[in-house]
Amino acid sequence: MQKIEEIQKEILEDFDMFEDWIQKYEYLIDLGKDLPSIDEEYKTDENLIKGCQSRVWLHAEENSGNIIFSADSDAIMTKGIVALLIKVLSGQSANDIAHANLDFINKIGLKEQLSATRANGLLSMIKQMKLYAIAIDK
Amino acid sequence: MFEVSKIRELFPILKREVNGRDLVYFDNGASTQKLQSVIDTVSNYYKEENSNVHRGVHFLSGLATDKFEETRKVIRNFIGAKFNHEIIFTKGTTDSINLVANGFRYLLKKGDEIIISELEHHSNIVPWQMCCEHSEAVLKVIPLKDNGDLEISKFESLLSNKTKLVALSHISNSLGTINPIKEFIEKSHKVGAKVLIDGAQAASHMPLNMQELDVDMYCFSAHKMYGPTGVGVLYGKEDVLNKIPPYQGGGEMIKDVSFEKTTYACLPHKFEAGTPNIAGVIAFKSAIEFISDLGFSTIAEHENYLLKYATQEILKIEGVKIYGTSEKKSGIISFNIEGIHPYDIGVLLDKMGIAIRTGHHCTQPIMERFNIPGTARISLAIYNTKEEIDICMESIKKAKQMLS
Repeated sequence: MQKIEEIQKEILEDFDMFEDWIQKYEYLIDLGKDLPSIDEEYKTDENLIKGCQSRVWLHAEENSGNIIFSADSDAIMTKGIVALLIKVLSGQSANDIAHANLDFINKIGLKEQLSATRANGLLSMIKQMKLYAIAIDK
Repeated sequence: MFEVSKIRELFPILKREVNGRDLVYFDNGASTQKLQSVIDTVSNYYKEENSNVHRGVHFLSGLATDKFEETRKVIRNFIGAKFNHEIIFTKGTTDSINLVANGFRYLLKKGDEIIISELEHHSNIVPWQMCCEHSEAVLKVIPLKDNGDLEISKFESLLSNKTKLVALSHISNSLGTINPIKEFIEKSHKVGAKVLIDGAQAASHMPLNMQELDVDMYCFSAHKMYGPTGVGVLYGKEDVLNKIPPYQGGGEMIKDVSFEKTTYACLPHKFEAGTPNIAGVIAFKSAIEFISDLGFSTIAEHENYLLKYATQEILKIEGVKIYGTSEKKSGIISFNIEGIHPYDIGVLLDKMGIAIRTGHHCTQPIMERFNIPGTARISLAIYNTKEEIDICMESIKKAKQMLS
């Protein structure tokens, strides 16, 4: 399993190749479309992270100290970023997730997607992913 | 002769770029942009006139008070009220409604009824729910038709001698429906109910005359009328306002204060506790003057033309559905594209320099009624142009292509 840092570095390299925002957003949209949908049984209110604009469902399972995330969103842009976060964090150890520095989102120019005004559930999703990890890490 | 390019000159922000493109601002339902004259008045007030109102004997206090009260007069004329003291300055429409809803807690009793409608903004729902919680009055809701009109026959069946208050929006912020408020007011008065109209979406788009409407209370916000944020108006008939107890206690709203008994000031001061947004109120006058000078027939002509054109163009895009198709509509187009979440449209349009609103627009019951997570909303103002609509339509097509 690649380390969180390595995966982030690869994502940064991918994004470096894009010439304009359109290519970048099209890539995100494709990631969103390709992300396997979460099992319907996990689309519960309990797993729902409410944003004012788009909703995110997050499910976590532990597998001998590692955490497997699956997630979904009703908006495709949000789902694209969700896919990136899963790529980086899913399957990693609880300890690594709890201490992960997810600065790649800023570096690939998607900071505004995480601003509070977007109210798209992403910020709460990252927080929730870390909370799972911290709980298991203890 | 109306020239939109000349109007645009009066709004400095319209010259700026967003994400490398000329700004196209279609979020006027949320807040309009500000006139240079409004900005100058605010700035000049702090530079030349700043002082507290209604208090001091000194020169500046007198000057600030005169200018503050001048806006009250201008608004009275603008909305055809009978007296200056029927104009109460608040923070905005939400504040105005809360002032009334808080007062009605004490005026209503168990079993009394308040009627609102399914198309209200949350700010014309939640204060009444809070009012009902305290007074044990019952909240009734006029349902919505598929086209965004209210079911008037259902309204009639809800009316009874238990109805004490009817609170409705003049224009729906989500759907653009212009409600026939005169008819609602007449019918409500027949059972003795008072009527409050939320005019936040109306005041910059259509002429208002309180005495002709015979409305009991009417609320609107300066920031949706090219004026400053943090200033709103509650109009109320003198006798109605006199019956409503004060909302907030403090300076200015009293006649005499002692620890045994405090008596309250007369209208309008009874409802204007504390230091108001003096700069904002004074600058609001500049915004009203702009609207009055332009005239509502010019405003309506331009905005209706834009609405018609934008509606016609957007319907050419395959998969577009417009929510709110009333025959009487203001410049608001709420839409979705089949299979696409409105948030995604909003994000991509933003990258193309276009500001629209996406989401539930603080009207969750409407979204539930149509079983949608939200809509994308274009809301127009006097400075918008046909060219901007063309740019927006091309951008929507581009966004759709990226998302499909």
